[in-house]
Amino acid sequence: MMTKKLHVHTVINGEEVEFLCEPRQSLLEVLRDTLGLTGSKEGCNNGNCGACNVILDGSLVNSCLVLAVEVEGRSVVTIEGIAGPEGLHPIQQKFLEHAALQCGFCTPGFIVAAKALLDQNPNPSEEEVRHWLSGNLCRCTGYDKIVRAVLDTAQVMALQSTKR
Amino acid sequence: MSAEKTGDSTLSKEHNPTYQVIGTRPIRQDGTDKVTGRAQFGADIHLPGMLFGAVLRSPHAHARILSIDTSQAETVPGVRAVVTGADLADLEDKVTELGEGTINLRHQSWNTLARQKVLYYGHPVAAVSASSPHIAEEALALIEVTYEVLEPVLEVCAAMHPNAPLLIEDMYTDELGQKSEKPSNVAAHYQTRIGDVEKGFESATVIVEKEFRTSMVHQGYIEPQNGTALYNPDGQLTIWCSTQGSFGVRDQVSEILQIPVSKIKVVPMEIGGGFGGKNPVYLEPLAALLSKKSGYQPVKMTMSRSDVLAATGPTSGSYIHIKLGADSDGKLTAVEATMLYEAGAFPGSPVGSGMGVMFGPYKIENVLIDGYDVLVNKPRTAAYRAPGGTNAAYAAEVMIDMLSEKFGMDPLEFRQLNGVKNGDRSTFGATYQRIGYQETLEAARKHPHYSAPLEKANSGRGVASGFWFNYGGKSSASASLNPDGTVSLIEGSVDIGGSRTSIAMQLAEGLGISVDDVRPFVGDTDSVGYTEGTYGSRTTFATGWAAYEVSQKLIKQLVERAAKLWEVHPEEISYQNGGFSIGEKHMSLKELAGKLDETGGPIMASATVRPGEYGPGFATHIVDVEVDPETGKVTILRYTAVQDVGKAIYPDYVEGQIQGGVAQGVGWALNEEYMYDPQGKLTNTNLLDYRMPVALDLPMIDTVMVEVANPGHPYGVRGVGEVPIVPPAGALANAIYQAVGVRLNSLPMSPGQILEALQAEKD
Amino acid sequence: MQSLDYLSVRSIEETLAPLSNGKRHVKILSGGTDLLVQLREGITQADLIIDVKNVPELVEVTFNSAEGLRIGAAAPCSQICHNAAVLEHYPGLVDAFSLIGGVQIQNRASIGGNLCNASPAADAIPALIVHQAVCVISSPMGERRVPVEQFCTAPGKTVLRPDELLVSVHIPPPRHNFGAHYQRFIPRNEMDIAVVGAGASVTLDEEGNTFQSARLALAAVAPTPLFIPEVGEFLAGKGVSSETIEQAALIARAAARPISDLRGTAEQRKKLSAVLAKRTLEKAVERARV
Repeated sequence: MMTKKLHVHTVINGEEVEFLCEPRQSLLEVLRDTLGLTGSKEGCNNGNCGACNVILDGSLVNSCLVLAVEVEGRSVVTIEGIAGPEGLHPIQQKFLEHAALQCGFCTPGFIVAAKALLDQNPNPSEEEVRHWLSGNLCRCTGYDKIVRAVLDTAQVMALQSTKR
Repeated sequence: MSAEKTGDSTLSKEHNPTYQVIGTRPIRQDGTDKVTGRAQFGADIHLPGMLFGAVLRSPHAHARILSIDTSQAETVPGVRAVVTGADLADLEDKVTELGEGTINLRHQSWNTLARQKVLYYGHPVAAVSASSPHIAEEALALIEVTYEVLEPVLEVCAAMHPNAPLLIEDMYTDELGQKSEKPSNVAAHYQTRIGDVEKGFESATVIVEKEFRTSMVHQGYIEPQNGTALYNPDGQLTIWCSTQGSFGVRDQVSEILQIPVSKIKVVPMEIGGGFGGKNPVYLEPLAALLSKKSGYQPVKMTMSRSDVLAATGPTSGSYIHIKLGADSDGKLTAVEATMLYEAGAFPGSPVGSGMGVMFGPYKIENVLIDGYDVLVNKPRTAAYRAPGGTNAAYAAEVMIDMLSEKFGMDPLEFRQLNGVKNGDRSTFGATYQRIGYQETLEAARKHPHYSAPLEKANSGRGVASGFWFNYGGKSSASASLNPDGTVSLIEGSVDIGGSRTSIAMQLAEGLGISVDDVRPFVGDTDSVGYTEGTYGSRTTFATGWAAYEVSQKLIKQLVERAAKLWEVHPEEISYQNGGFSIGEKHMSLKELAGKLDETGGPIMASATVRPGEYGPGFATHIVDVEVDPETGKVTILRYTAVQDVGKAIYPDYVEGQIQGGVAQGVGWALNEEYMYDPQGKLTNTNLLDYRMPVALDLPMIDTVMVEVANPGHPYGVRGVGEVPIVPPAGALANAIYQAVGVRLNSLPMSPGQILEALQAEKD
Repeated sequence: MQSLDYLSVRSIEETLAPLSNGKRHVKILSGGTDLLVQLREGITQADLIIDVKNVPELVEVTFNSAEGLRIGAAAPCSQICHNAAVLEHYPGLVDAFSLIGGVQIQNRASIGGNLCNASPAADAIPALIVHQAVCVISSPMGERRVPVEQFCTAPGKTVLRPDELLVSVHIPPPRHNFGAHYQRFIPRNEMDIAVVGAGASVTLDEEGNTFQSARLALAAVAPTPLFIPEVGEFLAGKGVSSETIEQAALIARAAARPISDLRGTAEQRKKLSAVLAKRTLEKAVERARV
């Protein structure tokens, strides 16, 4: 049985977007099935794995636990919005250089989470990185290379900002 | 054409030659798509007119299905089709290879949709297709199933009891090749018997004996299973899914649905982890059935996390009893063991390989191991990274530690004394050729970790070794040379962790070109030759070999073209580092590629291999832990994993395999377990209570790659993926013993268990 | 999830209207980190969810030294933890709010959600209890206040009537020589539900050697978060020492009445009650002495 759909206006990755959705649909579901933004993944659908991470009004959240209707008037950044017109974001580049991914399924969630971390704390310690990333599960890497990639990114971005 | 043995050719790699591409660390070719979210995993597919499927699962662990009424569900607006076991053919008993074991296809069909009985909580009973996933879910609630609930059997020892309820009422035990008199929950009894254990124990001065239990655990891949099928009116079936083996899916679907393989195309999407759990099919046959019944519309199915945990293929919980003896010099003389492994609802636990892995690193003259494959009302087990190995090695490594303590010997020294060398016979009967176990022990002893002081109170250091057989298997590849001198390579191995690049690197090395000039592509079942799945630590080894063979065939053809151009005999031309030469004349591969048309047209080559010379892998791990004696909490302070990796083709990713295996081993050892209630309902069906390690639970994992090249491979490749999960549980158990003085004999070694053990020590 | 309607409101009145007319099965949506999961699993039902995150009184966190701290029921944990006043004056609350899930959960999960979900293992509640927090509840009839330790009545149940809304939680102004701490035991290092949680607060004399008063509350050892007044009664007037703290911990342990479930056995929880009570009291004393 379908309820009447609601019309939602939002900003996704800097672009104005509108869509129709049922109230019960999560943001994750709408991103993937309605908007074709399949970069955010479903790993558990209840906030325990972080594969669905997006940044909502500057805060890192599990999009599986946000209803699509809740982003009315808000701003969402997904993995698709991390790279810029010039190319990969330093986080993405460092993930590749450090081989911080194997199957790559958790990678979008980690990259979004890492971006949120570095936005808030540009110079985290290893412990702070691990603590922040504890909401993202990886089963392939054992986290070692992911943590190294994030720490290296912080260094690189710090250098870049001192150059400007 | 199978691979020629390379034997004494200049390609045997005892002396570690210098390679141009192999051993380097290029960015993986699928990397950009993976870090931008563009890579298409199974659930990312969208097809016009796509419907969504959902599965109704048994709420009971053991029950007879008395009736299924789907009539209500069929009337829900948006529902297109409903299927039950009645929609599947009845198959005969047919056992075939799958993953790292075998599978009985009749059981696989019963596992896809139950017939007369449900055998585990979560067993599929029916499936529906609908215009939205929410409607499909609503329809499930309207399917009425009446069950006659039966008593479940949830533990191996109980399952073997003569009065235990039987899961498959007409299943007899394969009792060392003979059929048992009466039906039983024991599917098979295997035995390894070497020498005379009685005499062996007589000559032992120290004997240790202990029993162990391990819990059922899951591979824990982050991507749930998925499958999308389009059954066309012309009888052609296309399946898109995340699988470890597209040909394996094709074979299983062909059998379960009784369609010829020629009518089935399986397109492997990117896969979010498998570890053995994505070899069997679960959703694919259902999606195909629904597609047909829905009027030939595509049907997409994905599993929820709770379905993944309850109803895919975890690995066996087990009971293991070991008696181990050593003589006055500390040399092992005999081992006697009994191993009971949970098969789950259908036969096929990895007890057989567990029997081999258990004392794989050790030389023991007298061996008697009895292994039992036992049915219990839990999901049918599937392979999980070195299947059967972690359970067995946990027990073995604790016993080895106990002996080394009794002899007052350093635990690594004890292992060096008893460890296998080239030419030794294994405890499973085969003779080891060129192996690297002693090298890992040597490297571990010399490593700074081993001599670093332990400063914290209640901290301790443990070591353990591990072994895995590795595997060869069938692989195919084909390649075309492009006019610009680059190569388009199609290979059949699903890429779970960078293998398309390690395979491309071997082709590049073989051709003498840069890996940037090789464009690898993972083919579907129509576009590449038969390739077994990505399992068994075989992919870089076997599919890499196929790529190498392709490189040699390309060279042969290119040499012939150069000969035409230069009007000489092919034998007079030499090829080195991407260039052809004769006397003073020289032409690069790129130049020659540009002249293919004038010399006869495009060039391509293919190869299919089934190499038998895979070398086994060994590892030795060191771990430091700190235990809080008031809470039982274990903190891992430092971890070093030493492994013989053969020649590391793609070192970043070899390190990654080691680190990932360690992390899984840690979770298995400390916190992961299936928790069933007495009725057989799985109570921890989410990732909150099925506790896999998070980033804060682990330190950096140092890896030491000891490279003892496998002489049986053109580039010395040895499988690396599975060995690393074998030692962690034993190493942690031994470390905990050093830290707080209790030897734990049950996995997971959770804080509650440690507290109990500490309390028992006090009492 | 079942089909349902969604309403985003901007005032308390707009929220109360559907709650009180009884026509719809209503659930309040703040962070949604418990609600959405329960709706999907069929543990909870609703045909209308009301999103209160746009009601200013429900998302504000305000402090003044006279009245203390006022936390809007829908304010997410991360907002509470980053609030300068909370960081300065209520570190014992920061302990608890920073433990609820990972970063992603903390950016959504709210104090109101934690309270109304009424899990025996809720991390926020013992910390609030030992800070003498009070729940402020609105209904068409007006406002009432309920001490936090009385708010939960059973697992998943609170004192809220169907027409009532939890609006905010008030914590008294900070006192001198006061210290509080919350700690929990989990099998991993993050992301788990507490096997046992303990919140403790103490007020010491000027020298910091005598307990003037103390409060202790435990999570996950009873059907609701457990306030143990006997601990405070025992410690009042006693000297600060490892012996008195040990004894207080044993009182806490005796009061705990845990069950065995998939997160721990009763035996283990009893042990942990004493261990955590001791550790949180010690840390509270340390903070009080600063």
